[in-house]
Amino acid sequence: MKFGVVVFPGSCDDVDAQLACARVADVVPLWHADHDLQGVDAVVIPGGFSYGDYLRAGAIARFAPVMTEVIDFAHAGGYVMGICNGFQVCCEAGLLPGALLTNASLRFVCRQVSLEVVNGDTAFTRALLSGATLSIPVKHTTGRYYAPEQELERLEAAGQVVLRYGPGQNPNGALRDIAGVINEQGNVFGLMPHPEHAVDELTGSTDGLGLFASLRDSVGALVGGGR
Amino acid sequence: MLVRPKAGILDPQGAAVERALPALGFEGVSQVRVGRLIELEVSDPDTLPAMCERLLANPLIEDYEVLLDGVS
Repeated sequence: MKFGVVVFPGSCDDVDAQLACARVADVVPLWHADHDLQGVDAVVIPGGFSYGDYLRAGAIARFAPVMTEVIDFAHAGGYVMGICNGFQVCCEAGLLPGALLTNASLRFVCRQVSLEVVNGDTAFTRALLSGATLSIPVKHTTGRYYAPEQELERLEAAGQVVLRYGPGQNPNGALRDIAGVINEQGNVFGLMPHPEHAVDELTGSTDGLGLFASLRDSVGALVGGGR
Repeated sequence: MLVRPKAGILDPQGAAVERALPALGFEGVSQVRVGRLIELEVSDPDTLPAMCERLLANPLIEDYEVLLDGVS
């Protein structure tokens, strides 16, 4: 089983994402300028400041050469996880509903937050239980999740709100405390918190591992493989 | 192109500016919204709306307006 981590100019969490993926599968970097997914079974779009976040976060990266393949892969049912800047890229690419706006505080926030697993029955949370609490760091300036009101209602009803900031924990003014959403088909997941920074006791929490393990199990079920 | 945050969406930049102005003695200011101005030269102005839709604005969160100058 092989995961790929996209590397854009300006990505800064790609190495941590690869280390986190390596806990559960083989992993290769996917260079932004290559029209090649190297046969990976799942794609992680990591955090950072792709193409300097010029214009809007993710707006330029969304048109990077490799994204043609990532979008085709997602449309064919392949699993894609966008973390922080990767979440912004997925929204800009139309792979996920909504958009991420500048934090209500206008400030960069970097802190450990508690998250509620709203839906533990997705390809990215199957190793977790609905209602479970995760301790995972956030670090961003553009993390305020927004979607029009009727879209939010639809997302909630369809179980597409996967992660929510715990009570009093919302770091950015995200509507309905939304920290992570999944697409309607259930194969593209985006979240602002950084599970790849929470896979080792050294940094205070291993709660991020459950998301990578879930992805491994889902890919395993899909390809009948496993490591 | 003028690109503005859509009506109804919280604009914290506008709110910060709105708070700052009275501190400088400028009273009676409200509804401040901060957007973006994009200037460019283009051979075919008809392509401008598509440019805005695809890249220059995010239609989910922003409105755009095309202003032409020097059209021959």
